[in-house]
Amino acid sequence: MLPRLPTSDSFTDEPYPALERETVKIAVCIRRVPDTTAKIAIGPSGATIDPAGVKFVLNPYDEFAVEAAIALKEAAGAGETVAVAFGDDSVQETLRTTLAMGIDRAMHLQGAPSTDGLANARVIAAALKDGGYDLILFGKLAVDDYAQQTGPMVAELLDLPCATAVTSLTIDGGSATVEREIEGGTENASCALPAVFTCDKGLNNPRLPSLKGIMAAKKKPLDVTPVTVGDAQSTLVGLALPPERPAGRIVGEGAAAVPALIEALTSEAKVL
Amino acid sequence: MAGSSEYTGVDFYDMDSLLSEEERAVRDTVRQWVSDALIPAIGPAYIDGRFPKELIPGMAELGLFGANLPEEYGCAGLNNVAYGLIMQELERGDSGIRSFASVQGALVMYPIHAFGNEEQKQYWLPRLASGEEIGCFGLTEPDFGSNPGGMITTARETADGWVLNGTKMWITNGSQATVAIIWAKTGDIDDTKSVRGFIVPTDTPGFSGKDQKGKLSLRASDTSELHMQDVHVPKDALLPDSGGMKSPLMCLTQARYGIAWGGIGAAMACFDEARRYAANRIMFDKPIAATQIQQERLAEMLTEITRSQLLALQLGRLKDKGTMTPQQVSLAKRANIDMACEVAREARRLLGANGILIEYHSMRHMVNLESVYTYEGTHDMHSLILGQEITGIAAY
Amino acid sequence: MAAILAILEQRDGALRKGAAELMAAARQLADADGGTVDAIVFGSGNVGGIDGLGAMGADRVLTATHAECAHYCPDAMVATVASIAGNYRAILTAATATGKDLAPRIAARTGAPCGMDVIGVAMQGDAIRVTRPVYAGKVIQTLDLAGTPVIAVRPSAVAASSAGKAGAVETVTVPEFTKRLTVTGVSTADQGAVDVAEARVIVAGGRGLGDPKHFALIEELVAAFGGDAAVGASRAVVDAGWIGHGHQVGQTGKTVAPELYFAVGVSGAIQHLAGMRTAGTIVAINRDKDAPIFKVADYGIVGDLFEVMPVLTEAVKKART
Repeated sequence: MLPRLPTSDSFTDEPYPALERETVKIAVCIRRVPDTTAKIAIGPSGATIDPAGVKFVLNPYDEFAVEAAIALKEAAGAGETVAVAFGDDSVQETLRTTLAMGIDRAMHLQGAPSTDGLANARVIAAALKDGGYDLILFGKLAVDDYAQQTGPMVAELLDLPCATAVTSLTIDGGSATVEREIEGGTENASCALPAVFTCDKGLNNPRLPSLKGIMAAKKKPLDVTPVTVGDAQSTLVGLALPPERPAGRIVGEGAAAVPALIEALTSEAKVL
Repeated sequence: MAGSSEYTGVDFYDMDSLLSEEERAVRDTVRQWVSDALIPAIGPAYIDGRFPKELIPGMAELGLFGANLPEEYGCAGLNNVAYGLIMQELERGDSGIRSFASVQGALVMYPIHAFGNEEQKQYWLPRLASGEEIGCFGLTEPDFGSNPGGMITTARETADGWVLNGTKMWITNGSQATVAIIWAKTGDIDDTKSVRGFIVPTDTPGFSGKDQKGKLSLRASDTSELHMQDVHVPKDALLPDSGGMKSPLMCLTQARYGIAWGGIGAAMACFDEARRYAANRIMFDKPIAATQIQQERLAEMLTEITRSQLLALQLGRLKDKGTMTPQQVSLAKRANIDMACEVAREARRLLGANGILIEYHSMRHMVNLESVYTYEGTHDMHSLILGQEITGIAAY
Repeated sequence: MAAILAILEQRDGALRKGAAELMAAARQLADADGGTVDAIVFGSGNVGGIDGLGAMGADRVLTATHAECAHYCPDAMVATVASIAGNYRAILTAATATGKDLAPRIAARTGAPCGMDVIGVAMQGDAIRVTRPVYAGKVIQTLDLAGTPVIAVRPSAVAASSAGKAGAVETVTVPEFTKRLTVTGVSTADQGAVDVAEARVIVAGGRGLGDPKHFALIEELVAAFGGDAAVGASRAVVDAGWIGHGHQVGQTGKTVAPELYFAVGVSGAIQHLAGMRTAGTIVAINRDKDAPIFKVADYGIVGDLFEVMPVLTEAVKKART
């Protein structure tokens, strides 16, 4: 999980301000990913990582989306939250984690995702199209493939407004206002609902699943729908470890070494 | 991202494969809470000798109090393996915080559930689960520790209730508690069968709790004396189904069960710290992890932890089956706490000079575990309990 | 002969930095088979800096002007790019927050695959082969993207270079579009809010600074790098209360992957190294020639940081103008 600020008395932040609406229906699309602390080794085929000893968890950025969905529904007072995952049966455990956090029901799109984000987005968009959702939330990125595209693609396929990597999300009746971090600043934007947002760190402090929540999760609905993914236009060629860092060198002593350093950074490393 | 500093426990024999999805989820959620909320706060609290009571609402919200009691009373309704995992993870944080949860759940909520009537259960259990009420367990006295049956606290029946007189000592949560479960003799001072349990709100006139000072162990826990001077309680303060020493001992069995798991958590924390430190500490141009002596230490720690994990897991399965005996709990509490004391001490030694600083956890665990070795039945008492079980001869 | 489209980013009526690196990546692809590069720029009026795009490698500069494009208007950009996508072999954006917001939208609209945070691009038969970091940079993934892929390229992928092309300006019409997202404004952070975990350049201070007030030396070098540099810190100084935990790099702080990392007065305990080992280039400045940090650093200066830092800061300022 992403490092959280320690919370000394409660893990929930202050509740959302009133949404100016009485009910809200929210879908949250989640992924099951290796824990970020896992030692990653490339499997024998060179096409996947070796799952041995790897612990799988809810994608940390999706936690912000799940938390937002639960908190927004709490603020509205009524509605429904649905967690959606596209993958094999192992995602059901991760869906149950979201149910344990407080999501109302889960939808497992059962199939094998593609390396092509657009093909996956098409599957998800088709499943969400007629759901009548006011918001569709994603995490900003998945910490395995860093593809960062499913959310905005689903929005485009569904002709919905979209803002990515939001760090602030306010709902006011039928519209939303967001903030997102961009280089050197913060961008403010607004759109009408229904809309798609991808969530970034700073949006909220995701709640831990409570023990009662964990017990209740098994009783909440988890529907399985087999899906097939279309042809991929993105093909995985392979995975490799990054090159070993070559040995470095001392460029000199004291302030006199600065010009040599600048030269190296400019012409060799090309980072200046 | 968290990076490899995140604590992932110790699991050399794939214990996870022996746990259900819910059990793992319970363990993971408490582990995360401990990492996020408890670990950052514990060092200063320990140095200050203060129980970090600001953590109580967070613990309550997670459902940590009386987690194995039924949902109808506002509890999580978990099985006993999950309960054990909670204690394991809390103690990885600090034995004092786990003691708080043990007392609240096993020594206050459990007796109300086991020996109370429906009104008492309906009133007290949800409030204790939510942390609105904080409880303590008054059994031990200044002169009666290992021999609680010798207690001299009395409860005399009156026209409209009972009057309690006596002193209890070494009472966890005592000074903070809003309610105390007091064990007192209702009959002759030598009649252990006359021991009964009473629910006593601590603001009852004549009741006072005072922290014991000068502790070098369990510093982040309140350990108190309780004084009862003509404390009048109504009839309905009595736990109706309590009677004899069996009642408080049943409570202790519950708490000891959790403590057997707790020791594993403390040992895992110390092993994990020692392992990382050994990998990073360079001496004579190589990490100390490359030396034979430290490898021997770490191998021993891992072995002991692994043994203890399997012991506790089977104990939990027996408890869930309904066949667990108090003697089985004695074996596990004795073995796992002794193990944890060793592991913590060896970890402390591996850490060298740094190991005496509060920023490292092993020494805090080491000194805490001395209390855990002593309370809830000293190590030696559990030896005698097992001795009696084995030989049929009581050697107390 | 491939035609490559590069979508440039503008803010407040001027091209954002990173344009040269993006153009260089586009140029590299185009030059693989003697192709051309078109740069497209959106704005509500004139955009400063477009006359430099030829030098950066643009054969043509397409200007798309629309009132809604004063701020980032993804809907206008998607509509426009989609209308001309058929002319191109690949469409490139920079892997900035904006570029990464835009690229998938275009891909979904045109039915193309999308590659994000790409660090290498090359022609591979009919496909574009991209390499990109995955699993937090622990693994490098190679993908072949068919059709007209949309690719968000990291500035470190291809170094800027002079290419001296015509840069002939042509206007392109922004077609009818539905504006679904309205960017209402951008507030610039002047509190040095670049997050250490996302900064391109990090200057990290350690115990060698001696006193919290000497973080000023770190801040000055950070400032010399402009907007995408951040102050980092070792655990030792965070624990000592010299600076807030948000700046901590290392096992219990943040794992960072900047292009350039300065470890100033940082000895290099393994916890810290674990946090920054995936940095592109590591520079260490330390008085102790045996400090472990020098084993990890690409370049090191052994010396008194109080002498070195001011000189280095000035040199960086000069190199960046």
